[in-house]
Amino acid sequence: MTEYLLLRHRDLPDIDQLPIYRANGGFAAFEKALKTQQPVDVLNTVKASGLRGRGGAGFPTGTKWSFLPNTIWPHYVVANADESEPGTFKDREILERNPFQFLEGLMLACFAVQAQAGYIYLRGEFWPLAQKLNQRIAELEQAGLLGDHILGTDYTLRLYTHLGAGAYICGEETALLESIEGKLGQPRLRPPFPAVSGLFGKPTVINNVETLTNVPLIVDRGADWFKTLGTEDSPGVKIFSLSGRINRPGNYELPFGVTFRTLIDQYGGGILGGKAVKAIMPAGASSTILVADDRTLDTPMDYKSVAAIGGQLGSASVIILDETVNMADLVNQTVHFFKHESCGKCTPCREGTYWMAHITDRLAAGQPSPQDAALLGSVARQMQNKCLCALGEFSTMAVVSALEKFPQDFGIS
Amino acid sequence: MTKQITLTIDNQVITAPEGMLIVDAAKQAGVNIPVFCYHPKMEPVGMCRMCLVDVGRPMVDRATGQTVLDADGRPKIGFGPKLETACTTPVSEGMVVITESEKVKAARKDVLEFLLTSHPLDCPVCDKGGECPLQNLTLAHGPGESRFLYSDKQHLNKRVPLGELIFLDRERCIQCGRCTRFQHDVVDDPVIGFYQRGRALEIVTLSEPGFDSIFSGNTTDICPVGALTTADFRFGARPWEMKPAASICNHCPVGCNLTFNVRREAAANGRTVIKRVLPRQNEQVNEIWICDKGRFVYQYTESPDRLTQPLIRKNGELVPASWNEALDLAAQKLKGSQPLLLAGGRLSNEALFNLRQVTEALGGQSRLYTHMSGGDIAVQAGLTAGSNLGALGKGDAILVVASDLHAEAPLWWLRVKQAAARGAALIVLTARPTRLDKFARFALRYAPGGEGAALTTLLSGEGEAATAFADAQNAIVFYGSDGLDWVGTERVARLSAELLDKTGHLGRPNNGLVPVWPRANDQGAFELGYAPATDLPAALRSAAVVWIAAADPAGDDPALAEALDAAGFVMVQELFLTETARRADIVFPAQAFTEQEGSFTSGERRVQRFYPAVSPLPDTRPDFAITAQVGQRLDLKLADNAVSLVFDQLAQVVPAFNGLTFPALAETAPQWPEIARSDLYYGGTSYDNQQGLGVHLAAPKAPLHLPELSPAVPLPAGLVALPVTRLYDQGALIARTELLRGRLSPAAVWMHPATAEQQGLSEGQSVEVLLSGRKASRTVCLDDTLPQGLLIALR
Repeated sequence: MTEYLLLRHRDLPDIDQLPIYRANGGFAAFEKALKTQQPVDVLNTVKASGLRGRGGAGFPTGTKWSFLPNTIWPHYVVANADESEPGTFKDREILERNPFQFLEGLMLACFAVQAQAGYIYLRGEFWPLAQKLNQRIAELEQAGLLGDHILGTDYTLRLYTHLGAGAYICGEETALLESIEGKLGQPRLRPPFPAVSGLFGKPTVINNVETLTNVPLIVDRGADWFKTLGTEDSPGVKIFSLSGRINRPGNYELPFGVTFRTLIDQYGGGILGGKAVKAIMPAGASSTILVADDRTLDTPMDYKSVAAIGGQLGSASVIILDETVNMADLVNQTVHFFKHESCGKCTPCREGTYWMAHITDRLAAGQPSPQDAALLGSVARQMQNKCLCALGEFSTMAVVSALEKFPQDFGIS
Repeated sequence: MTKQITLTIDNQVITAPEGMLIVDAAKQAGVNIPVFCYHPKMEPVGMCRMCLVDVGRPMVDRATGQTVLDADGRPKIGFGPKLETACTTPVSEGMVVITESEKVKAARKDVLEFLLTSHPLDCPVCDKGGECPLQNLTLAHGPGESRFLYSDKQHLNKRVPLGELIFLDRERCIQCGRCTRFQHDVVDDPVIGFYQRGRALEIVTLSEPGFDSIFSGNTTDICPVGALTTADFRFGARPWEMKPAASICNHCPVGCNLTFNVRREAAANGRTVIKRVLPRQNEQVNEIWICDKGRFVYQYTESPDRLTQPLIRKNGELVPASWNEALDLAAQKLKGSQPLLLAGGRLSNEALFNLRQVTEALGGQSRLYTHMSGGDIAVQAGLTAGSNLGALGKGDAILVVASDLHAEAPLWWLRVKQAAARGAALIVLTARPTRLDKFARFALRYAPGGEGAALTTLLSGEGEAATAFADAQNAIVFYGSDGLDWVGTERVARLSAELLDKTGHLGRPNNGLVPVWPRANDQGAFELGYAPATDLPAALRSAAVVWIAAADPAGDDPALAEALDAAGFVMVQELFLTETARRADIVFPAQAFTEQEGSFTSGERRVQRFYPAVSPLPDTRPDFAITAQVGQRLDLKLADNAVSLVFDQLAQVVPAFNGLTFPALAETAPQWPEIARSDLYYGGTSYDNQQGLGVHLAAPKAPLHLPELSPAVPLPAGLVALPVTRLYDQGALIARTELLRGRLSPAAVWMHPATAEQQGLSEGQSVEVLLSGRKASRTVCLDDTLPQGLLIALR
């Protein structure tokens, strides 16, 4: 990789300072958009680029923006900086080291949907980041890039940070909105969808931090340029958060299409202690566990290809598991995570994660009752297709796939 | 006209209005989809997942937008990969819903197994057992055994007082949210809420005192398990041991329909006692709700203070006497006198009628004991048949003048608030902010004494509020006595009626004047020809014979006690030995409304029947019978043995009641939502109403005749406090209700802190104020929501 597009601080360490950012092309896209373009132009550019959401769902970003009706006002844009998926740490690096590119992306998104207020929802543990972001937002207001009549146009925009209080579920977009509104962080019923009835009941776009960080580049260099990177189905570059039993865990900005093998061997430096790789969880704890056979290892990391082998790329939080990892122990950890984070609103998740946690405790401790392994699978499947939101559904995926693919770890032959 | 949608549910083709949810459309078609968190009176949340059904929709070709047809030319139906919640999905054209497939049955079983994992096996000791939706649905749809290990079960607090009236059992709670949603969304009292998350999700109270809401008892009706129970019924009885008795609340002019659940108990010497009070469904009056006063106040009827034998004054002392002795003496004293009758508004129509018959025959005066005037206007300009507050909405207007509905008639507060939410233009015209302000389109204030001028402004048609009222299709005016006594209320009633007349809002359904009377049957009294006494102390002083029934003037006001002392012969019909009864020469022990039957006329002019709930306390008699027996000794033909006979007489004599019969009051009709069936999971503990919906009085035929306005009385000088009502006051009845003792309003005078400072008063200090024209001692309480300079005091 010659030039970092998202993790630009790795090329330019001081890019978190506004003058340096501006000297290196920062806010050129924003200025161009405000002075020479209509909001719908920006929207169409992003749509044409094929940019897909980086928060896990991979939904086409421009399409999402186009869902906002121009008959209901005001519009809002919310940046989801709740980053709580186990194994995900990419947004944090952007917010800490290249914050202005993210802010510019958010501002362009606001302009595209004609929002005059943008919110950044940060997980509660990010309070130092929120403090710094507030300072940076103040800097932008001083520089005339935020506030009334930005750059002499009649566009008004203000940004606000909002801190959560330690709940993974508030990364779910409708629970996030509830949290900003000061209510219990529980997901809402859909329909209606946030695009029509979101923050304070108004049309709202919710985008991931990394997604928005791509936007200034797309507006600046064009949709066609963006499509030259990555694959046809998944254009652009992705920050892969690599962790687990790997020599060099960390964030790696690579174009879509790089294989798991390349990520592990070339970039990750191979497995700790030279052990054999056993399994991969490409989407953090919310993954279907993939057996690390050749087929998997040689699969390109893009949304379509990973789906084709029965997995999900998700937020590309790639957790590497080796032969020393016992799946019963691993699943116990993921289940406890989801049990702790379940909001409790719907019966299957509230009761199911609690129940599964007790079973996985016994399995991991090597003291299962005779039916426990089968029971675990049964309870997980009993939860599926019944939950109010994705948390409950996703909590079952590692369980079901581990039982199916690594039965010996659970004492089943 | 709402569009009708055609759909199929379990092979039944039905139509339902657009926007209706699948669960309700199915109910109408006789298909009962099980639910826990859904309630037909609240917005759906899709939390419990019990109502999952298979939903198919006509398939549409993405490219052409045309409906895909099958070989028979019918729309091809595509079912989703997942089941959908019937409570959150509205019906759509051509929809096919399957509620009895293997997939749906398995889903119900799974959800129930989840719910029962940490739910305690409390059925043998749980109050809800026998009327429990969870029990019923488990039996119908659930697994017979649980695979959950007992050692994994959560153990939680089983006796959590949410305040002193409602108790929570955390283990039984299934986190359906019905209680919090009722409090937050229906009655605007967000005093309970969810706390924590996941399996630790629990209900907590957020107010001090706990669960500080006058509607808290309703949550125990809608709770689908035995998690929420009331303090009076907790561990009280099994549902199948109790019998229902229909009644009407005796404590405010709304006339909420109640059911008393009673049981014969050895501990009560074989008498029936009241175990609990439930709402009875009447969608035109109180829907399915009651306030906590109506739910808990009945305890006074069981007070050991109840009078149980007639008393006669002999040698200056009240001594027990036989009924015959007392009745004979009463008749003897009444003969030839022109008695002053002072009747209280909690008496039934039949009792009031008999009392008046005797008084009129003797050439006496029939006076209603009340501080609120306007009855003569209310009988002309009141609501007529076909009126239903639940029908008001966009395009209609409601004016609430001089009334704090939340304190004086809670269910009217709720119904008016809901009408405003449906788009009705709500105009609140009061001297101080009340809990209705936030829902009002116009919240207007007047200075003390300025109520007449404020109404005159509305009459002039000037201003947005006046225009909104005049332009409304239907308009109702509620007038009360907040800060006013009878001169002020007369003014307000008259001007309100004039406003209705002028803007064409009289003489048709959903139009008219609704007085917020202090008592349940004041409207009935006025319809029967009672009038308030213009100068009660003078009338008492000069009366040779005074007959007081269900009123305690001496206890309410020392000046009236003095006047009563100066009166001649005093006869009292009462429940307790009140200050008034203490001064009487004859005291008749009367029955409480729970022990007798009769009818009340609500402030909306609806006549409703109440039935006996418990055996009467020996040796009490119903008020109508006591009066009839006195009357019989004066050769008057009055029925003392059956209320229906009295009602028949009444209906002949009183024009407004012409044509009404007692059986007609007991007629019922199907109501929606269907909440009162065996599938009590749909709406809550049974609200079945088999005993009557009541009948509206007819519209008066004569044109509106408004009396001359008395000249305005200027406010006196000095520390003047305006009289106000509180729901839990210090009245003789509620003071004998243990349950509500902790919530009674202090005998206070409330004022803004700045006003207190100005007057040199501090909180808690006892001060003498001028209240309703007389001196009264009140304790200073600070309230920064009051306008500065305004003092209000408990009446």
